[in-house]
Amino acid sequence: MDENVSTSVRQRSSQLLRRIFAFREASVLVSIIAVMLILSILSPYFMTKANLTTTALGFAADGIIAIGMTIVLIIGGIDLGVGSVMALSMVTVGGLTTIYHLNIWLAVVTAVALSLLCGLFNGFLIGRVKLTPLIATLGMMSMARGGAYVITKGSPFSMSGVPPAFRFLGSGSIFGIPTFVVIFIVMIIIADYLLRRSAPLRNLYYTGSNEKAAELSGINVARVKLFVYVTCALLSGIAGILTVSRFNVTAPNSGMGSELRVISACVIGGASLTGGEGTVLGSILGIILLNFINNGLVLMRVSVYWQDLVSGAILIAVVTLDLVSHRKKAS
Amino acid sequence: MNNDNNEVMLKVENITKRFPGTLALNEVSFEVKRGEVHAVVGENGAGKSTLMNIISGLLEPDEGRIVFMGGEVRFLNPREAQDAGIGFVHQELSLCPHLKVSENIFMGRLPHLKNTFVNRKRLKEMTDYFLEKFQADFAADDVVKNLTVAQQQIIEIAKALALDCKLLILDEPTSSITENETKVLFGIINEIKRQGMSILYISHRMEEIFQVCDSVTVIRDGCLINTLRTAGVTSDQVVRMMVGRNIENMYPPKSSGISDVILKVEGLKSKDVFKDISFSLRKGEILGFYGLVGAGRTEVMRALCGIDPCDNKVIEFRGDRVENNAYRRSIDRGIVYITEDRKSQGLFLKMSVENNISAAMIENIRTDFRIDRDKESALCGRYVGELGIKIASEKQKVDSLSGGNQQKVMIGKWLATYPKVLIMDEPTRGIDVGSKSEIHKMLRKLSEEGVGVIVISSELPEIIGLADRVIVMHEGTITGELSGDDIKEENIIIYASNFKTSSRAANE
Repeated sequence: MDENVSTSVRQRSSQLLRRIFAFREASVLVSIIAVMLILSILSPYFMTKANLTTTALGFAADGIIAIGMTIVLIIGGIDLGVGSVMALSMVTVGGLTTIYHLNIWLAVVTAVALSLLCGLFNGFLIGRVKLTPLIATLGMMSMARGGAYVITKGSPFSMSGVPPAFRFLGSGSIFGIPTFVVIFIVMIIIADYLLRRSAPLRNLYYTGSNEKAAELSGINVARVKLFVYVTCALLSGIAGILTVSRFNVTAPNSGMGSELRVISACVIGGASLTGGEGTVLGSILGIILLNFINNGLVLMRVSVYWQDLVSGAILIAVVTLDLVSHRKKAS
Repeated sequence: MNNDNNEVMLKVENITKRFPGTLALNEVSFEVKRGEVHAVVGENGAGKSTLMNIISGLLEPDEGRIVFMGGEVRFLNPREAQDAGIGFVHQELSLCPHLKVSENIFMGRLPHLKNTFVNRKRLKEMTDYFLEKFQADFAADDVVKNLTVAQQQIIEIAKALALDCKLLILDEPTSSITENETKVLFGIINEIKRQGMSILYISHRMEEIFQVCDSVTVIRDGCLINTLRTAGVTSDQVVRMMVGRNIENMYPPKSSGISDVILKVEGLKSKDVFKDISFSLRKGEILGFYGLVGAGRTEVMRALCGIDPCDNKVIEFRGDRVENNAYRRSIDRGIVYITEDRKSQGLFLKMSVENNISAAMIENIRTDFRIDRDKESALCGRYVGELGIKIASEKQKVDSLSGGNQQKVMIGKWLATYPKVLIMDEPTRGIDVGSKSEIHKMLRKLSEEGVGVIVISSELPEIIGLADRVIVMHEGTITGELSGDDIKEENIIIYASNFKTSSRAANE
């Protein structure tokens, strides 16, 4: 009889586990915990506050962009321009303050406005003109990057005399946690909650799930697209501004390749390139997983050149595992 | 067209198939003779598709065996079944839209010269052979995406025949083609039959089955009910076997009282699509729109609702002139259009039942800016109850529901917007007899409650049984209007093919 009880308990707990694992977030979270355990055994430095805050600072910019990328992926789109828009925003701040000696806050506002313009351009081309997102944002990727090179003439600006209030955003800390990371966490919480619960944002999932049906349900799909691409570009711009504040240097080649890193992270976190799926939490967990693994490679003195190779392998492994497990469930 | 040859082409013996949680097929056995058109009927979810998928090698049976042309067969995949001579034309057409007709028919088996180059001349000859046989009104070099659904259907059949098949499975072949095209299709079926091939014919439409099939096998809840000669039974008997109960009065009674005009449309016009469209809709009536595919019925309704732009329109809604230039405004006003294509345009298949029902009027379920989950669940529960939608949970994804239940979810989505004028395009396409009759009753009930109902249908019996008044369209214009006892098949067909106006033109 005892055996029966224990099997039923085991069954129930395995059912519970299965239900939890049905959410992609949970499996990514478990992977993160596993990586953390392994790394803390392998390296005494991993679980130190210094290492964890540095790592968090390292991915905060990508993380903010990932919020935008998540909503783009949910509607079934893609934005390749995020890294370039980030760089454009950075050199705008750097250029206006160092060449034209403009007030830093005015420069920041200009950079935000410029990012917004990039987003409007994407959103208009994709929503109204009905260009495919891949083409429109591929163009934007090149144009914004080109703009950044034109402004800087190719060489980075080093900024001096930056007011402490601006420095505080990227280099200060609140209760021992870097401000940048605090801002990042607050943004995640707000964005995740809004995406799960806000009524107008539900339209993003409808649009991504079946665009025609969304249109025939009276949802203004063009407006949804405009909103999504504008938000994504704005977040990229903001990530750029915070990065300027962190490093005090603006280089036109900043954010190179971040579009692919961010898309990988979102997909690991459960977003689908065909739309309709994805959460901010999942994408952020994807970012954390990738960065912890890279951090582990560094701590174990593996050459940095291995990082891309490992990230790619993880992306393929996670998505394959998910696909195979779903296929099993279906049959 | 009885065949003296009694040779058995296909024999299915005690086939059983289990899916997790359900017994999809339970010891089903039947035989198809050579040169026979054999119908398989049953409500959605009865197990027809599973059975066909087993015969065509897509699924393997758990128990039982299949004997094809005298030998036992066990197909591991559709390719093996194809090679053995079983062709399957699916309800959803699977052609490559950007390629030519010939390239589609001989997909994967293009004739080629000694080297790797395609032998274009030979390809065209081979294609023309089939097109001639079917008296097709299109050419081998036409690109598939420019053809109508019916023409594409013919290509699918040709594709199966080009494989030299002995048994052809046709799944709902008439679900998206017009009555005229159906006649062409039946001609083709008879021709195939004469050549000694057998056909398994799956359809919901009784009149077709009795027109073209020799035998009928009825399946209900995974069990074989009976196999009969069509000559020996009536359609009522077959329907009764399918549903396991009597369906009295296939159609609800006609209107009990028609009152004020609720919607008036004048001079609707869209260049090259339709012109001079004027009609009015009264409270308490169901207005039917009939026409052949391409007559412009759907286009008129979409323009009326502001989904598509048009060149000229005057719309009076409850006595007030309205613009209706954006569909959202039209929905808020209470004029809604329910699409004919629930899967690709009506539903969010990967989303839950409750998410689907709240999609068109998110206002219903919000508190401040948030989605109120209690309200969402209550709204869903209300329409699930009202429409008798069979679901396991409100969180169930819509793609796991049967066609009839999916249709009801889509209707639920629109009822949740509290419509004043409900325009429904092909309300019962591809759904089972039981759900069909429930949807007809529901439309009548709405109309009795004062909602203006417009029904577009390509099924004559549905238009005749349901509508109080029928407007017939032909090539973008209204050619006739019928009401009361004049709503008869002959009259509708005359208007739909525009015999009247063309004979008048000849007289002038």
